[in-house]
Amino acid sequence: MNDHPLLRVNAVTKYYGSRVGCTDVSFNLWPGEVLAIVGESGSGKTTLLNAISTNLMPTSGTVEYRMRDGQFRDLYRMGEAERRFLMRTDWGFVHQNPADGLRMTVSAGANVGERLMAIGNRHYGNIRQEATQWLGRVEIDADRIDDQPRDFSGGMRQRLQIARNLVTGPRLVFMDEPTGGLDVSVQARLLDLVRGLVNDLGLSAIVVTHDLAVARLLSHRMMVMKEGRVIEHGLTDRVLDDPREPYTQLLVSSILQV
Amino acid sequence: MNKHSELAVYNFAYLDEQTKRMIRRAILKAIAIPGYQVPFASREMPMPYGWGTGGVQVTASILGPDDTLKVIDQGADDTTNAVSIRAFFQKVAHVAVTTKTAQATIIQTRHRIPEETLQDNQVLVYQVPIPEPLRFLEPRETETRKMHALEEYGLMHVKLYEDIARNGHIATTYAYPVKVEGRYVMDPSPTPKFDNPKMHRSQALQLFGAGREKRIYAIPPYTDVVSLDFEDHPFEVQQFEEPCALCAASGVYLDEVVLDDRGGRMFVCSDTDYCEKRRENGHRGHLNGETAGAAK
Repeated sequence: MNDHPLLRVNAVTKYYGSRVGCTDVSFNLWPGEVLAIVGESGSGKTTLLNAISTNLMPTSGTVEYRMRDGQFRDLYRMGEAERRFLMRTDWGFVHQNPADGLRMTVSAGANVGERLMAIGNRHYGNIRQEATQWLGRVEIDADRIDDQPRDFSGGMRQRLQIARNLVTGPRLVFMDEPTGGLDVSVQARLLDLVRGLVNDLGLSAIVVTHDLAVARLLSHRMMVMKEGRVIEHGLTDRVLDDPREPYTQLLVSSILQV
Repeated sequence: MNKHSELAVYNFAYLDEQTKRMIRRAILKAIAIPGYQVPFASREMPMPYGWGTGGVQVTASILGPDDTLKVIDQGADDTTNAVSIRAFFQKVAHVAVTTKTAQATIIQTRHRIPEETLQDNQVLVYQVPIPEPLRFLEPRETETRKMHALEEYGLMHVKLYEDIARNGHIATTYAYPVKVEGRYVMDPSPTPKFDNPKMHRSQALQLFGAGREKRIYAIPPYTDVVSLDFEDHPFEVQQFEEPCALCAASGVYLDEVVLDDRGGRMFVCSDTDYCEKRRENGHRGHLNGETAGAAK
């Protein structure tokens, strides 16, 4: 791991009018690290993720990102063109609902190739080759490359969405409930795949989930949120095996045992 | 004053002067930013949307009493749309009209660029149904505007990629997207891609009016207009296997005309003025005489 964090989040607060979205959240994310944000519905997880990933301007606080040249830049003080460029090259965003992150009316190959074309790749053969290779990495058969995602199952769509995000070799990936809406066996395969990719590519990731099992499998560190605040923060195994806050204890003890 | 005096209720060229000023301002802005779609307050015209309300408003705003107007629809001067618009301006502006490309100062067109090279004293006005080239992939107007502003044109190539993936080659044959002066990606209206190379560094000013969508855009004279493509699938225009059946012209855009119900067909110039001019000059196609005479 590197000496400098990849992302510095400082006192990020988001109010919706007088209602709290999240308050005073600060943390650093290091290269190659996966951070899980857990908590119940309405605890501010998604608000925080959106505030960090520049989808939602926070009321106060700063988010700084270390660019490839090593300089930290405040995301909300960047020009929009630069920020959008960053989002589609150096970042990925995996939505809970694949339809939000995919173009449902163009083929799988074009979905994966879109980011390549966006950064100026103009060679059809190369784009297609790269797309084929990425479909293979997310375990989608190469002969599905010209099919539209609406012909895909939920699990395949989610894998396609991941391939589409990773094709430009991002350093940071945001995931909002990546396994939501999938059945357990598909979830398990997807988690396995994501864990493999994160390790192989040395990605950093912020994963929002209400599923503690996902956090256990994927993340190195986790933050527990309640009513917009981070109430507990630590290594995943420590938080799950030795929860300190009463709410975290409740959360951990609520996991169904089969 | 003259026999048209009962029409005095209409201002010259139908539109009132304030409206013309507004449209001229939009046109000037469009010329200043080649390929950029300038919003304008499109008016109701005495014709349905889709029949050229945008083109008519642009023509009405730039038309002067000394202009000579030519109107073509799919290259032809004698189709309904062309005849009606020509008659409209004869009635409301009393301008001279012509079917000869070289004599016209303003040419309003639907779907074609004349075969004859346009000169620097001519203006070509296009009727545009859907001005936004990104529309079919990105339905949100806010987002497409942002994409134009930030020059995010990867999506345009996604469309071409889909074409190749499905058909093995770029199958877009009309409304083929172009990049204007290295900056804005523009829809050249539903002209066949055959005409795209004619837009490149054209001497004539080219104006585009979309009435329903309320947009005007322009290509000033001598502006670079480059059709988008892939390195391994370069842009190419349609090729025709035989010359025009009436005037034997090759290297021009041809229309297919069905002659009977037994598979008989002929290919003729889509640009009627060009075809007539060639026939006057003695060029003869293989069907000229018999079939053309029989069809009359």
